[in-house]
Amino acid sequence: MVAIRAEGLSKRYVIGEYHAGYETLRESLTRGIRLVLRREHRAPHQEIWAIDDVSFEVAEGEIVGFIGRNGAGKSTLLKVLTRITAPTRGTAEIRGRVGSILEVGTGFHPELTGRENVFLNGSMLGMTRREVRARLPAIVEFSGVEKFIDTPVKRYSSGMYVRLAFAVAAHLDPEVLIIDEVLAVGDHEFQQRCMGRIEEIGRSGRTVLFVSHDMAAVARLCDRSYCLDGGRIILEGPSEEIVAKYLQMMSGAGAEAAWSDIETAPGSELVRLRSARVVDTSGAAVDAIDVRQPVGIELAFTVLRSGKPFFPKIKVTDERGAVAFNALDTHPRWHEPTEPSDYVATAWIPGNLLNEGQMSVDVALASIDAPKFHHHVNLSRLLTFHVQDAGEGDSAKGRFTGQLQGVVRPLLDWTLQRE
Amino acid sequence: MESPGSPTSSVSTEHTLPVIAPRAGDGAAVEPWVTHIGAESKSTRSTFRELWRAREIVLTLAWRDIKVRYKQTFIGIVWAVLQPFLTMVVFTIIFGKFANFPSQGLPYQVFVYSGLVPWTFFASALSMSAMSVVSNRSLVGKVYFPRLALPLAGVLVPAVDFVFAFGVFFGIVAWFGVAVQPTAPLALVFLFTLAVTAFGTGCTLATLNVRYRDVPYAIPFLIQTWLYLSPVIYATASLPEKWQWVFSLNPATFSITGFRWALTGTPAPSAQELGLGLTTLVVLLVSGLLVYRRFEARFADTI
Repeated sequence: MVAIRAEGLSKRYVIGEYHAGYETLRESLTRGIRLVLRREHRAPHQEIWAIDDVSFEVAEGEIVGFIGRNGAGKSTLLKVLTRITAPTRGTAEIRGRVGSILEVGTGFHPELTGRENVFLNGSMLGMTRREVRARLPAIVEFSGVEKFIDTPVKRYSSGMYVRLAFAVAAHLDPEVLIIDEVLAVGDHEFQQRCMGRIEEIGRSGRTVLFVSHDMAAVARLCDRSYCLDGGRIILEGPSEEIVAKYLQMMSGAGAEAAWSDIETAPGSELVRLRSARVVDTSGAAVDAIDVRQPVGIELAFTVLRSGKPFFPKIKVTDERGAVAFNALDTHPRWHEPTEPSDYVATAWIPGNLLNEGQMSVDVALASIDAPKFHHHVNLSRLLTFHVQDAGEGDSAKGRFTGQLQGVVRPLLDWTLQRE
Repeated sequence: MESPGSPTSSVSTEHTLPVIAPRAGDGAAVEPWVTHIGAESKSTRSTFRELWRAREIVLTLAWRDIKVRYKQTFIGIVWAVLQPFLTMVVFTIIFGKFANFPSQGLPYQVFVYSGLVPWTFFASALSMSAMSVVSNRSLVGKVYFPRLALPLAGVLVPAVDFVFAFGVFFGIVAWFGVAVQPTAPLALVFLFTLAVTAFGTGCTLATLNVRYRDVPYAIPFLIQTWLYLSPVIYATASLPEKWQWVFSLNPATFSITGFRWALTGTPAPSAQELGLGLTTLVVLLVSGLLVYRRFEARFADTI
């Protein structure tokens, strides 16, 4: 039985000329008048897809984790699922009462006592007063702040505050529980209790969506995980596997990656990757490259035995997760099995192709298993580098100083005829 | 002027309404509770049904504000009484004694206080509901509940102050030897029409407030102007007849006149006052609800 089904959920934010979320009436009026009088075009605004075409299904009783770096879209996804904000596109269906904890102590008021805040918070989280009253003893006991339950929470230490707040949340009884980063607070012992409590909730057949930066917690608690990046789901699978891949992705993200021990280097018994680097034309490893200069993705690998023909392959993705391209070496030298030896292959990305910004590179050594690739090595986001524009006027944006949209930004040949 | 949701807004989302309607049977229904999330439009019915289901949240929000208010202020409840009482004293000296305003046969003190009690309720209800979304921005960004609960709670909070100020009314009446009419319970009907007016206007202002932070500056001015356009310190009957229809458009006119009539037996609101006033009331309520519901889904993005 499916508890949560999300189909193509997308959420767009528009960042305009104003950074703040609001403006004064005067600003709106003057802008409106300008638009009318001078027929000025509206300020160019940039769109950000905080989540982009996210689809997934969670079965009843499953505990599912969502991981990803800051800004990957996890919080937006939770806000959409908890109905705090509406998606721009896509739909989702949730079966069962939804309880959410997007922050510890939502609605806590410093002037009110612990007891009063339990009622307030419980009500905000969706409990009826009667439910709160029935669970009050358990909540107070779990929090361990019995003595101060009638003291205004402004006099609480931050630890006490968090314990009481989590205690309320822990006694929510929805069929679907959505939790964001709540374990990042409190002392170790209390964190363990919280984890235990979430596990208990999960075991009691309830569906839990869990977002956290605590990889160990995700690996332990969740049956399955999704990894988000640039607003999209990039990895999905058993939590331990996803967490491992994600950590590798995070630590490996740089201009260089190398494995000293050939036995443990990524690969198969046919071929192993020894290192990968982002290099400039002089062969030096670089973090950043001028947009006008070619940049090389250099793969050093060892062929252990002569087997299936394979070839190196790269995939370049921009910081928002949009794929710039996939490229593979199509030279006939890869048509035959490669002799055992050490090799260094370099893919040269021409200057004036990529746009400015952070690029990440997936590297692979693959064979063709028509119609698919068979990967001997496939490392997601192994390398990252930055494309920079010195703004000297001879790049693809000429004398324009703003940012041109697009994953690529080629310098095209233009022709002009006078008629 | 642009609407709060114009596409040039600094942070805004699509011009679409969300579908956030838990289609569930209440209580022991067989059908499971299902939440649909999407960008399409939603039916009106579900929202009000949802609001009914979330009635405890409305009460909890109001309860919180009342508690906090009486905890934080030094003389607590006394404020609720002191404010209209002292205003009554000042108005009596200026308008009753110096300016010699007519007071429909009542001592001016009784006349003005019977206007000030509902007025004070109306003014606080209006400003609290107008501020309700912005002052609860941390909740709006972190938890879902029917957003209409916010201005509704804002209207409920001043009701407590009203009860105390109203209690004092009976003391004043007794002091001046004015008989309370048997129609007195009807005063609550006129209190209700004031609450609805405040709620409708509050919804519009609360929506504007999310986008335009000018609103908090405009509210005191609006309330002050509205006071002089309402029969608190004067009776509408003493205004020039050809202008009376303009004042009748104000729903506070028939409400305050009616409130005073129910309690002290002064002339009842005219048919014109009732007709025009109720029309405006409906317009304010409907437009407030439409504006609020049109933009509530984007409060969390803009606030």
